[in-house]
Amino acid sequence: MQNYIKYLVALTLVVALIAVGCIGCGGEEEETYKVGAVFALTGPASNLGVPEEQTVKMMVDQINDAGGINGRPLEVIIYNTETSSEKCATMVNRLIEQDKVLAIIGPSTSGASLAILDTVTTAKTPLVSCAANIGIVQPVEERYWIFKTPQTDKEAVTEIYIYLEEQGFTDIALITDTSGFGAAGRDILVADAADYGLTIVDDQTFTSGDTTMQSQLTHIKGTDAEVVICWATDKESAVVALDMQTLKMDTPLFCSHGIANMDFIEQAGTAANGVIFPAGKLLIIDDVPATDPQKEVLTTYKADFEALYGEGTINTFGGHAYDALSMVVIALEGMEEGLSLADARAAVRDGLENDVKNWPGTGGVFTMSPTDHLGMAPGSLAMIEIVDEEWTWLK
Amino acid sequence: MSADQFVQYLVTGLYQGSIYALVALGFTIIYAVTKIINFAQGEFVMLGGMISFILLDSVGIPMYCSIPLSILISTAIGAFLYTLAIRPARRASVVSLIIITIGAAIFIRGIVGELWGVDNERPPYFTGQESIAFLGAYIHPQALWIIGTTILVTIMLYLFFSHTMVGKALKACAISPVAAGLVGINARTMALIAFALAAAVGAIGGVVTAPLTFTSYQAGLMLGLKGFVAASIGGFKSQVAAVIGGFTLGIVENLAVGVDWGPFTSSYKDAIGIIVLLLILLIRSGRLAAEESIS
Repeated sequence: MQNYIKYLVALTLVVALIAVGCIGCGGEEEETYKVGAVFALTGPASNLGVPEEQTVKMMVDQINDAGGINGRPLEVIIYNTETSSEKCATMVNRLIEQDKVLAIIGPSTSGASLAILDTVTTAKTPLVSCAANIGIVQPVEERYWIFKTPQTDKEAVTEIYIYLEEQGFTDIALITDTSGFGAAGRDILVADAADYGLTIVDDQTFTSGDTTMQSQLTHIKGTDAEVVICWATDKESAVVALDMQTLKMDTPLFCSHGIANMDFIEQAGTAANGVIFPAGKLLIIDDVPATDPQKEVLTTYKADFEALYGEGTINTFGGHAYDALSMVVIALEGMEEGLSLADARAAVRDGLENDVKNWPGTGGVFTMSPTDHLGMAPGSLAMIEIVDEEWTWLK
Repeated sequence: MSADQFVQYLVTGLYQGSIYALVALGFTIIYAVTKIINFAQGEFVMLGGMISFILLDSVGIPMYCSIPLSILISTAIGAFLYTLAIRPARRASVVSLIIITIGAAIFIRGIVGELWGVDNERPPYFTGQESIAFLGAYIHPQALWIIGTTILVTIMLYLFFSHTMVGKALKACAISPVAAGLVGINARTMALIAFALAAAVGAIGGVVTAPLTFTSYQAGLMLGLKGFVAASIGGFKSQVAAVIGGFTLGIVENLAVGVDWGPFTSSYKDAIGIIVLLLILLIRSGRLAAEESIS
C-alpha cells in the first residue's frame, strides 16, 4: 500500500513538472517574435559569418532592452552552416519546421543562398540573404519570398568601370578566381567592359588555394594592360598583390569588394598599398560627409559594434546582417496581431516588399518593391584606396 | 612569350615545384616502408606552418626557436598518428589503412580549425621581401629559401638512407619486409620511424613555405593533392624521383600558363598536372603489365 502511494506521488510530481514545463514554453512561444538566422560561423566563409552573428546578437539585446517590437521580445535562433550548402539546407529546414520562425536571415555565401531558394519558397517563408550573387533575387517573379541586402558584383564592377573611364584608362587585364565568386565577377567584367570604352587585353584565371599567381601575372606583364583587375576573396587577392610586388609590376591593381576586411591588409602587408576597391561606406565612415543619408546609421552601428567587440573590428559583412535584420524588424512592426504562422510569414514578406522605402542602411539606401528585392540606390558604394596600410576615401 | 617571361615561368615553376617536392618526399618515405599512401601528408605541412605561426605569434617565442620546435611537435604528431591510428589496425588491408589516413587528415584539420581558428595566417619572411632580379626574372627571397631547403632535405635524406644503420634498415624494409624481418629488423619500429620522418619533412616544408603561401587549417588539402601528383609522377620510387616529380609538375604547370594554345588559357594550369599524371600512369601501367607477364 505504502509503495502504491509512493508511486502515485511520484507520478503526480512528474505530471505536474511536464505541465509546468509546457505552460512555460507555450507562453513563451506566443510572446516572442521568432526569426531564424543561418551564418557560416566556421569554414572558409567564417570571416563573413562571425561578424554577422555578432551583429545580430548585439541588435537583439538592443531591441529587447528597448522593449522589443510592438511590446514583444525578439528571439533570433542562429545556426552554423559550416560554409556548406548541404548543412545550410538542413538548418533552414529545422528553422522552418521545428523552430517555426517568421523569417530567415542569411546565409552568408552565395552558394548556400542559391541552394535554399526552393526550400524557403516551397515553405512560404521570407528570406533576407546576406550574400552577393544577383541570382539570389533575380528573376524577381520566381523570387517572391527572397530578398537580399549586400551590393551585387554588378554594382561593384560598375563603380570600378565608371572610375576607370573617368581616369581615361582603356586597356585592362583581368585575373580572376575560378570559384563561384571570381567566375561570376569575371562574367560581368567581360560583359560590361565595352560600355565604358575599355578593352580586355588579357584574361587570366587561377584556382582558389593555389600558392602563387606569378605566372598569370607574368603573362599580363607581357601585354599593354594599364590596369589589373583581380576578382577573388581576400586571401587570393593578397597573393596577387604580393606576387605583383615580387615581380616589380607597378600597374595599378583594382580588387573586388571581397577584400573589404582588415585580413587583406594583414596578409598583403606593404603590397596592399595602392590597391583600389569598391566597398560599402562603413569602412571609411569618418571621411563620409555629414550630408550623406547613411552617415547616421553607419556612425551608430560602428560605435555600438566596436564598443562591444573592440576597436577596429567593424566590417561590411556584419553590416549586411544589420540591414537584413533591420528590414525584418520594419516588417514585424507593421504586422497585425493574432495571425496564424502561415499568415504571419506572408505578412512579413509583404512588409519587406512594401514598408522598406528610402530606408538608409549600412550598405546603401534601400527601396524594396515588387520588381526589385535588393532596391539599392546608385552611389551606395565608395571607391577606397589603401594608403599606408589604411583605407582612404577616394571617391 | 619573351625570353624574360620564359625565365620567369621557369623560376616560378621551380619554386612552386619545390613546394610540391617537399610534400611528395613525405609520401614516398611512408609508401616505401609501409605501402601506405598517407593522405594526411598535406596535414603535416599545414601543422608545421600553423604551429610555427602560433608559437611565434601567440606564445611569443622567437623564430629561431619556434621553427625547430614546430618541426619537433609535428614529428611527434606523425609518430602518434602511427601509434594510435595505423598500428592498432595493422592487420587490416592497405586500402583500409589508406582510408584511415584520410580520416586522420580530416580529424587534424578539424582540431586545428577549432584550436587556432580558420583564418589564413602568414608568418614573417626569413630574410626580407625585396625580390631579387635574375636573368630578367624576379624571385622572392623566401622562394630561394624554399628551393634551397628542398635541395638540402633531399641530400640529407639520401645520406640518411645510404649511410646510416636506421636508414639502411628502412631501405631493407622497403625492398623486402619478410627478409628484413628475418635479419632482425622490427617492421613496426621502422614504420613508426617512417611516419615520424615523413611528418618532419612535411613540417619543414610547412615552416619554410608558410610565409609565402600563407597557411590555414585547410592548407594541407591542396598541398596534399599536388604532392600526391608529384609523388605519382616520380613513381613513389625514390626521394630523388619524388623531387624530380615535384619540379616537373611545377615547371609544366607554370609554363602552361605562358603557352597560349587557342582555348588553353591559364584555367588549365591545374588540369595540366593531372594530364601529365594520366600520361605517365598510362605508360607505366603498360610497362607494369609487361613486367608481370615476364615474371
